[in-house]
Amino acid sequence: MATRKAAAKPNVSAEELLGHYREMLLIRRFEEKAGQLYGMGLIGGFCHLYIGQEAVVVGLEAAAEEGDKRVTSYRDHGHMLACGMDPKGIMAELTGREGGFSKGKGGSMHMFSKEKHFYGGHGIVAAQVPIGAGLAFADKYLGNGRVTFAYFGDGAANQGQVYETYNMAELWDLPVVFVIENNQYAMGTSVKRSTKSKTLWERGAAYGIPGEEVDGMSVLAVKEAGERAVAHCRAGKGPYILEVKTYRYRGHSMSDPAKYRTREEVQKMRDERDPIEQVRQILLTGAHASEEDLKAIDKEIKEIVNEAAEFSKESPEPALQELWTDIYAIEVPQEA
Amino acid sequence: MATEILMPALSPTMEEGTLAKWLVKEGDTVAAGDILAEIETDKATMEFEAVDEGTMGKILIAAGTEGVKVNTPIAVLLDEGEDASATPAAAAPAAAPAPAVAEAKAEAAPAPAAAKTPAAPKADKSPDWPEGTETKTQTVREALRDAMAEEMRRDDRVYLMGEEVAEYQGAYKISQGLLDEFGAKRVIDTPITEHGFAGIAVGASFGGLRPIVEFMTFNFSMQAIDHIVNSAAKTLYMSGGQMGAPMVFRGPNGAAARVGAQHSQDYAAWYMQIPGLKVVMPYTASDAKGLLKTAIRDPNPVIFLENEILYGRSFDVPVMDDFTVPFGKARIAREGSDVTIVSFGIGMTYALEAAEKLAADGIDAEVIDLRTLRPMDTASILESVRKTNRCVTVEEGWPQGSVGGYISSVIMQEAFDYLDAPVINCTGKDVPMPYAANLEKHALLTSDEVVEAVKKVTYR
Ligand SMILES: Cc1ncc(C[n+]2csc(CCOP(=O)(O)OP(=O)(O)O)c2C)c(N)n1
Ligand SMILES: [Mg+2]
Repeated sequence: MATRKAAAKPNVSAEELLGHYREMLLIRRFEEKAGQLYGMGLIGGFCHLYIGQEAVVVGLEAAAEEGDKRVTSYRDHGHMLACGMDPKGIMAELTGREGGFSKGKGGSMHMFSKEKHFYGGHGIVAAQVPIGAGLAFADKYLGNGRVTFAYFGDGAANQGQVYETYNMAELWDLPVVFVIENNQYAMGTSVKRSTKSKTLWERGAAYGIPGEEVDGMSVLAVKEAGERAVAHCRAGKGPYILEVKTYRYRGHSMSDPAKYRTREEVQKMRDERDPIEQVRQILLTGAHASEEDLKAIDKEIKEIVNEAAEFSKESPEPALQELWTDIYAIEVPQEA
Repeated sequence: MATEILMPALSPTMEEGTLAKWLVKEGDTVAAGDILAEIETDKATMEFEAVDEGTMGKILIAAGTEGVKVNTPIAVLLDEGEDASATPAAAAPAAAPAPAVAEAKAEAAPAPAAAKTPAAPKADKSPDWPEGTETKTQTVREALRDAMAEEMRRDDRVYLMGEEVAEYQGAYKISQGLLDEFGAKRVIDTPITEHGFAGIAVGASFGGLRPIVEFMTFNFSMQAIDHIVNSAAKTLYMSGGQMGAPMVFRGPNGAAARVGAQHSQDYAAWYMQIPGLKVVMPYTASDAKGLLKTAIRDPNPVIFLENEILYGRSFDVPVMDDFTVPFGKARIAREGSDVTIVSFGIGMTYALEAAEKLAADGIDAEVIDLRTLRPMDTASILESVRKTNRCVTVEEGWPQGSVGGYISSVIMQEAFDYLDAPVINCTGKDVPMPYAANLEKHALLTSDEVVEAVKKVTYR
């Protein structure tokens, strides 16, 4: 299957489109702010920004239903924002404060929200893939009709556990959408330097899993493909693979000399394919929104992000006692 | 001649069973393969076949008998023409020795006491390099790179593989310049597939090469630990000495800074447990260099634990054509008479800092840098403890099953009478590494904790 472009006349309301614009912008501005806070020394360790990839999660969240689950890697801020987790709690986790989603104990790479069915935030490349299938296993077992989105990178796609998972997921018809966020690089290694496979999604064929390549810079294309994938899973037909072609504008983490690609390559992507700019153009040319409307959204987003940043600075460091808590459960937490 | 039929062991762990049912009776003719009886164990019921042909003589154990020990005669099989009356005489003497067999087996198991390490060798206190040798200041990072480069020049079977080691010059820049000098055949970027490439490297070592496997950090070696332990460490043994895995697994180990629970872990104690592996954890740049060169030449799989925080630290390194440091030789980093502080790797930072602080308080600490954990230079530890009568161990890893715990047991067994105080193990806190700055600080070991421990063992 070739890359599907969004239909020329997308089946989407102006309101929905504005929603996508808003959500993508929230991720972009949030990540820019996180980059600033990192520069100020308020965030430490690793910090992997999602800038450039916003359309992937926003498109897929638009295809998800209440109760569906998601799990991803360390590059997780966008996923958390898109599934509705409070920006304040995310930013405060980045600064390692009590108000963070993990009380400051997890950090940028390790956040979770039971309420929003967000299962992390995993630092070990590809570990989230079998975990995602396991969430789907539980859903099938419980017969609750939920679908899980298991996001992983092009680099992660080479880990053996991915293929062990594919085999079992198809064998047991697990309702999981494997989302390969192919941003073309795994740290400094381009996809071409890590595999001779022409595509990543086609590897599923060996296990009988259908899939397709998706234009990950187009939120509508992602949403459309996401709906197909979710329908497949919900119909009890087993897993589905989406290889979403996307691009990260920033370095892998905060300290990345970025010698593996040219500045022109990045700039060209920003100028010609930017997911937010694309939606902005549709909104304006279709007269679904005016410049003023969009400015108002920009302003509103800026406020949300500033508030989150303020909260993340003001929230106190966790109490020292927290060092010793949450190592063992007193009561095993039950999934609702 | 009559043959005894013995109670069979139907599984490797079976010691006794129930003779549930006889499917033949005395006087029946049996052929090899005929089912004689049904035997029940706690796991399963199994059929028991005849191995020889003949006529069933006397049945010695009645159907339904429980707790029949393996190897107990249960019946007698007569050769053609043999008389059943001959049976009791033939069977009687053989019946008794059966339990003895089990006893003999138990005795054959190696007695731990007998396998004890030979009398402790004397500590080797020779200097690492000849006196008067010129030295230069180098970072640990440079020292590691030089060690690999020198060994790659020396032996073209040596190659380096790992994530981002070639074009990116190493995620932590340890392989800087190696791709340029040795080319893509010998400095190889792998996909992110630790279990796969670790296994490939083990295979390559079987095939005659000398791989150096870089784990971007040792946290990711957990993906590959099966090949490290089951394939690399055990093959020499399993092949009766025919083939082994001469290779090095190296990379940064332990906590970096603010990278959270999944990226901050010390594997020293984990790998130190494995017979067949050698485990190295250097602190200084000269040790990093000299030990890595030794590791690459060693005919065994070597776990070489580096530390991200130490990479940028500078130390004196001798300027020599071929400088190596032997395994199993600790370094007395500081001589002293009041207490022995034993550490290794980044733990040395805390140990030395503590020794300085203690000196100001009039406590004269001897600090031993183990450098290699397996083999471990226990002779140097014991010699020092016999002098100071007190010991504190220092490591970043967790307390349960720690390196210090092992050292304590060695001291208990070999120098108990010399101890004036219990050995204290200073370790990282018994928690996953938190991300928050204040919590991380508390989770990590500090030199003040070492000072406190020393004061305890010196009763100050
Ligand atoms: C098992 C494991 N190996 C190596 C790493 C170090 N590492 C972190 S991210 C990364 C690159 C992953 O690339 P990709 O899967 O494409 O995801 P992206 O960062 O592009 O989102 C590597 C090698 C790790 N975290 N876990
Ligand atoms: Mg990638």
